[in-house]
Amino acid sequence: MSEYTVKDRVAIVGVGETKYYKRGQAPVSEFRLACEAIIKAADDAGIDVRDIDGISGYADDRNDASRLATALGLKHLGFAGMVWGGGGGGGSGAVGNAAAAVNAGYAKYCVVFRALAQGQFGRFGQAPVSNTVSGPAAYTSPYGLYVPAQWVALRTRRFMHDYGINQEPLAAVALADYHHAQFNPRAVMYGHPLTREQYDQSRWIAEPFHLYDCCMENDGSAALILTTADRARDAKKRPAWIMAAAQGSGYRHNAPVENSPDYSSSNFKTLAPRLFEMAGIAPKDVDCAQIYEHFSGAVMISLVEHGFCKPEEVMEFVTFANITAPNGKLPINTSGGNIAECYMHGLELVNEAVRQVRGESTCQVPDCEIALVASGPMVSPVSDLIVHRA
Amino acid sequence: MASETKYYLPEGLPSPKAPRDGLGKEFWEATRRHELIVQRCAKCRTFQWGPEWICHKCYTPEVGWHQVSGRGRLYSWIRSWNPVHPALRDACPYIVAVVQLPDADNVRMVGNLLGDPRQNPPFDAEVEAVFEDHPDATLVQWRLIK
Repeated sequence: MSEYTVKDRVAIVGVGETKYYKRGQAPVSEFRLACEAIIKAADDAGIDVRDIDGISGYADDRNDASRLATALGLKHLGFAGMVWGGGGGGGSGAVGNAAAAVNAGYAKYCVVFRALAQGQFGRFGQAPVSNTVSGPAAYTSPYGLYVPAQWVALRTRRFMHDYGINQEPLAAVALADYHHAQFNPRAVMYGHPLTREQYDQSRWIAEPFHLYDCCMENDGSAALILTTADRARDAKKRPAWIMAAAQGSGYRHNAPVENSPDYSSSNFKTLAPRLFEMAGIAPKDVDCAQIYEHFSGAVMISLVEHGFCKPEEVMEFVTFANITAPNGKLPINTSGGNIAECYMHGLELVNEAVRQVRGESTCQVPDCEIALVASGPMVSPVSDLIVHRA
Repeated sequence: MASETKYYLPEGLPSPKAPRDGLGKEFWEATRRHELIVQRCAKCRTFQWGPEWICHKCYTPEVGWHQVSGRGRLYSWIRSWNPVHPALRDACPYIVAVVQLPDADNVRMVGNLLGDPRQNPPFDAEVEAVFEDHPDATLVQWRLIK
């Protein structure tokens, strides 16, 4: 194994989140939500907020690290980093940046956070209105191709065509997420179960995606805290040790105007093998996985590119029974994820992976030793995280 | 579907315009003449699309333009139902197509597939470019070759 690794040198020692709201329903500002989540994560870690000395973000977060450090009265800010690119692709990458910063000694306690109040700012699913459009969007917007639901649908459809896949795996993901959310009081869809009939009858957004194949739109914030191995051993709760965390992107994946050479790829093909090598494990060793689901269809492609099944096996592997806790072969998105817990750009998935290896999940996978997070399929970069109980 | 409309999608969507740095302006000038062109490296002959300032293979800035036949294959398509822009409020569903151009090393273009938005065209079907003239620019649409 390469010695260029953060494996077992850094651990996640605290997780926290605000109450998760439907879009537009947060009673306070996005910035205040960010502060609140960070304070909760510090409390969960058993540390003074002022001892945080690193801030790691992604998705071009609006809540600037220096503003946060000022508002929270941090004694010293030794690291502030951002994963480039919008969307959820940077969730695990921000954990990777934090782990690298802690491992390098830039920060002793690094917080990773995401705050999002779509009710206070723009919606990801709606186009800005203007008279003209320039740049790559000039070749797509005039044709009504604007939002991720559409271009993810285009790529998913080609994958489904190539491998003879029907609506069943998509429905399985949506129903599994809703099922798990029924056990999770944090989930926005807690108390709102979804039946197959409701799924089938829900309106199309962009075929093959029904309404329930799409992530929600929410307000809230989530945060987690990483620290060094020696500090982690004294943490208030059982740490979730980092086995591997990395970001990446395949060859010209971001080529403009739908020209990614590997069109229907989730963009994990070059990253996932590096991740498993860094962790020193194989896909079969993973006890549960949190697979970013902006749209259900991309989940099956992420599962394939992480080696959990072959593309020809998707129809047999991605079933409700196989992907639900506690007894599925590979329970996924056990908090309800972006579709039914909260669309916190996937940071809720990282917190859930930590809870799984701590044994604190509301849909606990028995004896969960190893949990994987896959962040942001089809965007660039994407990122991955593996934590274990150790 | 609305009965007689001049364009596939209603007016009110933004009009394509070359950016201030001029990248890709040749393309929109060509569609005005009802010609379809893509970038092709003048040195190593690699095709690329959308437009870039340098060739992604040999890095030369001498990226030229190459006229293509306008014949392509339907690589993927979706029927889009959600009005993602106010101008689309009464225009759903509509079909967005991704078309590969075999005579340009299968670079892809995006357009609408003309005709009934409820059709289910086969993947890899042969299509041809149709120029849709708007006041400020000419869009490239696609139709199935029967």
